[in-house]
Amino acid sequence: MSDELDRLKAELAAQAHTPDDDVRARHLRAAAQAFDRHSATSQESDAERRPTPDRPRWTWIQTGVNAMSSRVKKLPMFAAGAVVAGLGVALIVAPQWDSSRLPAPHLPAPEAPSSAETEASVSSAASGVEAPSSSEGTRSSSEGSPSSSKGTLSSSEGAALVDAMPAKGETRLIVSSKAVTGASDTADTDILMSRSVTAEQAPRPAQEFAASPRAKQMAPASPLVDVSPRRRPADLDSEAFPDADESGVILTAEEPVSTFSVDVDTASYAIVRSSLLAGHLPPREAVRVEEMINYFPYDYPAPEAGETPFRPTINTLVAPWDEQKRLVHIAIQGALPAIDERPPLNLVLLIDTSGSMQAPNKLPLLKRSVRLMLGELRDDDEVAIVAYAGSAGQVLAPTPASQRGTILAALDALQAGGGTAGEAGLAQAYRIAGEMGNDGEVSRVLLATDGDFNVGISDPDELKGTIARERASGVYLSVLGFGRGNLDDATMQALAQNGNGQAAYIDTLAEAQKVLVDQLAGALMPIANDVKIQVEFNPATVQEYRLIGYETRALRREDFRNDKVDAGDIGAGHQVTAIYEITPVGGESALVAPSRYGQSRSAEATTPDPQGAGDDGRLASHDNEFGYLKLRYKLSGESTSRLIEAPILATSVASAPVPQGQAPARTLGDAEFAVAIAGFGQWLSGATYLSDWDLDDAIALAKASQGDDAFGYRAEAIRLMRLAAGLSP
Amino acid sequence: MPSPSEPTDEVLATAAATGDKVAFTALLERHYERLFAFAWRHTGSRHEAEDLTQDICVALPEKLRRYDGRAQLVTWLYRVAVNAAHDRRRRQAAHRRAALGWGESELARQDENDDRLAASDWLARAMRALPDELRDTVALTLGEGLPQVQVAEILGISPGTIAWRMSEVKRRLREWAEMEEGR
Repeated sequence: MSDELDRLKAELAAQAHTPDDDVRARHLRAAAQAFDRHSATSQESDAERRPTPDRPRWTWIQTGVNAMSSRVKKLPMFAAGAVVAGLGVALIVAPQWDSSRLPAPHLPAPEAPSSAETEASVSSAASGVEAPSSSEGTRSSSEGSPSSSKGTLSSSEGAALVDAMPAKGETRLIVSSKAVTGASDTADTDILMSRSVTAEQAPRPAQEFAASPRAKQMAPASPLVDVSPRRRPADLDSEAFPDADESGVILTAEEPVSTFSVDVDTASYAIVRSSLLAGHLPPREAVRVEEMINYFPYDYPAPEAGETPFRPTINTLVAPWDEQKRLVHIAIQGALPAIDERPPLNLVLLIDTSGSMQAPNKLPLLKRSVRLMLGELRDDDEVAIVAYAGSAGQVLAPTPASQRGTILAALDALQAGGGTAGEAGLAQAYRIAGEMGNDGEVSRVLLATDGDFNVGISDPDELKGTIARERASGVYLSVLGFGRGNLDDATMQALAQNGNGQAAYIDTLAEAQKVLVDQLAGALMPIANDVKIQVEFNPATVQEYRLIGYETRALRREDFRNDKVDAGDIGAGHQVTAIYEITPVGGESALVAPSRYGQSRSAEATTPDPQGAGDDGRLASHDNEFGYLKLRYKLSGESTSRLIEAPILATSVASAPVPQGQAPARTLGDAEFAVAIAGFGQWLSGATYLSDWDLDDAIALAKASQGDDAFGYRAEAIRLMRLAAGLSP
Repeated sequence: MPSPSEPTDEVLATAAATGDKVAFTALLERHYERLFAFAWRHTGSRHEAEDLTQDICVALPEKLRRYDGRAQLVTWLYRVAVNAAHDRRRRQAAHRRAALGWGESELARQDENDDRLAASDWLARAMRALPDELRDTVALTLGEGLPQVQVAEILGISPGTIAWRMSEVKRRLREWAEMEEGR
């Protein structure tokens, strides 16, 4: 080696080469800003279909947001600014948030009960103008001013009243338990094959809110200062989250009916997890309690075959954070397969490798998505890959899922380029799938495309016919759409529908996880659409109630019966959990003093319930009920909703809690675990209503109710809780 | 399921690529020092390293979107850094050409910069004496101490080419040193 080379090496090694702290900080800040800018611009291509100028930076909670934001796509673009402003409001303005019905006067905003780092935040109004992302402590938000002010009011009220709450209770026994089977509605199994659940086609209430004159009215033009305290890690200085405030306590006498849409999203839990693993408490706004609860598999009673597509079960527990309160745990179990009992799966990936798939949100995202999915397959599953681009080709012969490396290598070798001839590839995929299938196994072709499907197909009907025939032979077809602009949604859906499968749109890895990982184990089949839940509480037995979570899913009371109003869909095996906290009448821990004239108003306001009410007035004859649960859903392909209903019994409220043995043990454990997660979620989002119940209590409850936990999800949650406890200031 | 231990680079990168800012920040914080040190070694000066690192930081979110997980993240990061260094050099060259029309003062200022640099730092001068591709190679092999196979992967060339380049570096350095002595 020459002298110069030696010297060069020595010099290169000699210096410390460490950056100045301030330079480092500046660079990291610049990177964060660039990240935001990029997140913003990367959404622009989708703007035409998803005009959401208020949430351009939301990419990392895309799943949760997709559905909502896509609701507004049909609105004229010129209205988007105003409408989107309305959207932000609409998500928050549940019926119970109507300020006229708020039970308490304005109070000054106190410090948050959490001692975490707080800072006042500025929410810019909906004009689409973002607060400067560079300044620390300033955040942009699209929420409208009415909701801000209401949110402030509610949190101040809650926080102020927390002081008055009694000490936490340790009791957590079921006081009543009732499994509910549906009314006489019978699911036709043929109808289980469903229309798809693309982001665009799984509409949720937001659109209706946004589009309604009421929502528009609520979109103010001028910014408001939101003085409610916020907590979040310092490095998140420009992140924006939906500002849906925690649902408040509602006086039954004033607002007896609570209505919301089901939500099977789980994005929020993933966000919370990633934040905690990265060493931060998640931003409060990122915590959606219902999505955290619904992340976990529960062992809820399944509907009997041939009955309704799902079955609600209602439990009432003593609230762990206040023994005066009860938690009404509503569990909905979708029909179908036990995850671990599914037959072996033969999966043929039919992948569009045409030139248009080159974009980063297409083939590269597809590869990452499939990689995610592979982790969920069992060793006795088999995977084959067929590419179609110009000419179809088998890229990977049927390979056991255990040979992960082989499959990944074949996947990685895929390159975009060339024209598309979907039909030839499809024929080959079906042939391979047919060869792979043994008795008792499920064969499925998973077609991934950006919509370039028609090249070389002269007759789409013929294609549909092919798919329908293959379905009869037992090979299913699901269609995954990637990217936008080229997406032939109608064709995709037609194919999936004919193939007895699902069409899903995948725009983020999180969405891929939801569709390919979480739902793979289920049968990839939606079983009920527009599922809405309405609970009418009985003012005679329930003084006040609070829905935990579902802030972004609230529906207006009148939307429940309106079949034109969309709501969430439930897929095969899906589970939905909702928890109400209620204060029975006579409870000492009521947060809201009853209004003097509330009773008389409620008598007028309460519509007699045709199914549940006696002729002589329900208040008198239903004193053993906390309330009445009604569930509306549509079977796939139907436009008229069906109804399931059941009373929420209050049999043992006045007496001591019923011993555990009298309740179904598995549901009890599940309900308690859900409550532990609900507590965790509420703790993360401010713990306004938890009194002095804290994470240690949540951990203890979660541990006690961990159960079998076959997949380790609950153990992970407990680890996350402990992590969060360690991170809390 | 990820365990609550540290997520891997690749997990963070994948999350960041799909818009997870926390993951992005964690990833960048994890590798910032490495990037900065590389930039310093590549440019030979703290000042230029700061500018280059800033370039990399700002470009990273967009680049990350195209990270396909095929290469190890560190390898991929070096590749991004090398490309950013080239981009920067190209911009500087363009700026220099443009400056030719700007008059004497600008040229004088640039000369002065060059002189100051020349006087102060053997390393910077030696690195500047090397053409881009050799500079990349030196910074990665001698500076970062990476094995030739990985450097080859970063630069997208064969390991044999790396060996050849290193001999080329030796030759050019010797020539440069002789020229320096003659100055």
